[in-house]
Amino acid sequence: MNTFFEQFPIVFNALNVGFLQTMKLFAVTLLGAIPLGLLICFGSMSRFKPLSSVVRTIVWVVRGSPLMIQLLIVYYFPGLVLKTAIWGGGEHGRFIAASIAFILNYACYFSEIYRGGIQGVPHGQQEAGQVLGLSRRQIFFKITLLQMIKRIVPPMSNEIITLVKDTSLARIIALQEIIWAGQAFMKGSQGISGQIWPLFFTAVYYLVFSGILTILFSKLEKKLSYFKV
Amino acid sequence: MALLRVEDIRKKFGKNEVLKGISFSLEKGEVLAIIGSSGSGKTTLLRCLNFLETPEQGRIFVGDEELFDGEANEKMSDEQIRVKRLHFGLVFQNFNLFPQYNILQNVTLAPSLLKIDTPQNIEAHARELIEKVGLTEKAAQYPCELSGGQQQRVAIARALAMRPDILCFDEPTSALDPELTGEVLKAIKGLKSGDSTMIVVTHEMEFAKNVADRVIFMADGVIEEEGTPADVFDHPKSEKTRAFLQNSLENF
Ligand SMILES: Nc1ncnc2c1ncn2[C@@H]1O[C@H](COP(=O)(O)OP(=O)(O)OP(=O)(O)O)[C@@H](O)[C@H]1O
Ligand SMILES: [Mg+2]
Repeated sequence: MNTFFEQFPIVFNALNVGFLQTMKLFAVTLLGAIPLGLLICFGSMSRFKPLSSVVRTIVWVVRGSPLMIQLLIVYYFPGLVLKTAIWGGGEHGRFIAASIAFILNYACYFSEIYRGGIQGVPHGQQEAGQVLGLSRRQIFFKITLLQMIKRIVPPMSNEIITLVKDTSLARIIALQEIIWAGQAFMKGSQGISGQIWPLFFTAVYYLVFSGILTILFSKLEKKLSYFKV
Repeated sequence: MALLRVEDIRKKFGKNEVLKGISFSLEKGEVLAIIGSSGSGKTTLLRCLNFLETPEQGRIFVGDEELFDGEANEKMSDEQIRVKRLHFGLVFQNFNLFPQYNILQNVTLAPSLLKIDTPQNIEAHARELIEKVGLTEKAAQYPCELSGGQQQRVAIARALAMRPDILCFDEPTSALDPELTGEVLKAIKGLKSGDSTMIVVTHEMEFAKNVADRVIFMADGVIEEEGTPADVFDHPKSEKTRAFLQNSLENF
């Protein structure tokens, strides 16, 4: 299999399989980190000092250290230190470990964005609701929430597009995502070896996907542009 | 009987005593102007009436209902406060309209959420109020499309939609360009005939003179002088009042 045209279908298939795993990690991270981030945000804004300082310290540590280290710790720590390989050795175990590290890491980033969004809504909005006799719930859901969402859409879209590319870090624990799949053709796989173009070709997937996300987010921003905050 | 009775309201922020025993009363349909230099506690007083601040001491009555008693041991629940503050409305210096709602929705939001009437009646009343402040053509527009003066007039309609007994204004024209203050003051003046009871904190001396039935001059957390506009503006008894009026004339 020497010609590019012979190699291409094989590589394309392998990369698709890898990208599916990338997508799964991306989706699971969002599903977990978006709500967990809100909890962390409330924790860090709590008036109960011990809670808020613990939460803020966690956020500082997680945001202040490389995601790659966090991946390695989550994956290897239980087996090497606690002597129980809770994740198991297979692809499934690697995926769970990667998901936990990604969700925790991104939840911390999201929590800070949420905090900025909540604190960015002027206090006068809440007071205007109060003097009209509205309850805290009504004020949050009917007044503050949408203004907060509008504020966080741009930073969230940045963060989510970063996540698309960050998923490749899971390569470090040999999760079989798209980079792993592309690299396999350097060492040798399915009769193809010594090829670097499949690895370069993975970039196309990232480009296309982040391009689609960029378009979706700008649509959302446009949808919310009927009012100013 | 007076519609509003305020007795010996005291409020501190930390060690800073901002209201040092404020007492006054207001008849139904009266317009009270509160003037005074910056930091004298005017905003704090309005915020106490609207339950945005809790005084340490004093009592507030509307009609024969006691709304607040500083001596009471029990803290009022959020629910209780919400009911009591409905006697008052507040128009803020910087409008605080809800940006994501159009003008009509800004006015109908609270009445609809609190279900004070049928949806049809709420909308009809809202449109009436919007007409009263002269913004009928703007009903479907959003706050960001309106001038400051128009936004403030919407804020007035929004406050009236909850049918408060007493409507408070905190320097309603201070955030506006000078050429826009007139339309807002006119709208407030227009409410006077509709026998609304109003408390207006203002730096517009002409307005206070011409529209108010009574004027209170506040200084350092106390009522320094009180009376009809003629009393306060033309024959001030207190030295502080004279100095303040002199000052504001010069700035004008
Ligand atoms: N939330 C607060 N915390 C601490 N101090 C406050 C607070 N609100 C007001 N103060 C203080 O209370 C005093 C009176 O403030 P207030 O806003 O009532 O004055 P004002 O008469 O409305 O002045 P202005 O004409 O500038 O609006 C000021 O010294 C102010 O610093
Ligand atoms: Mg003030």
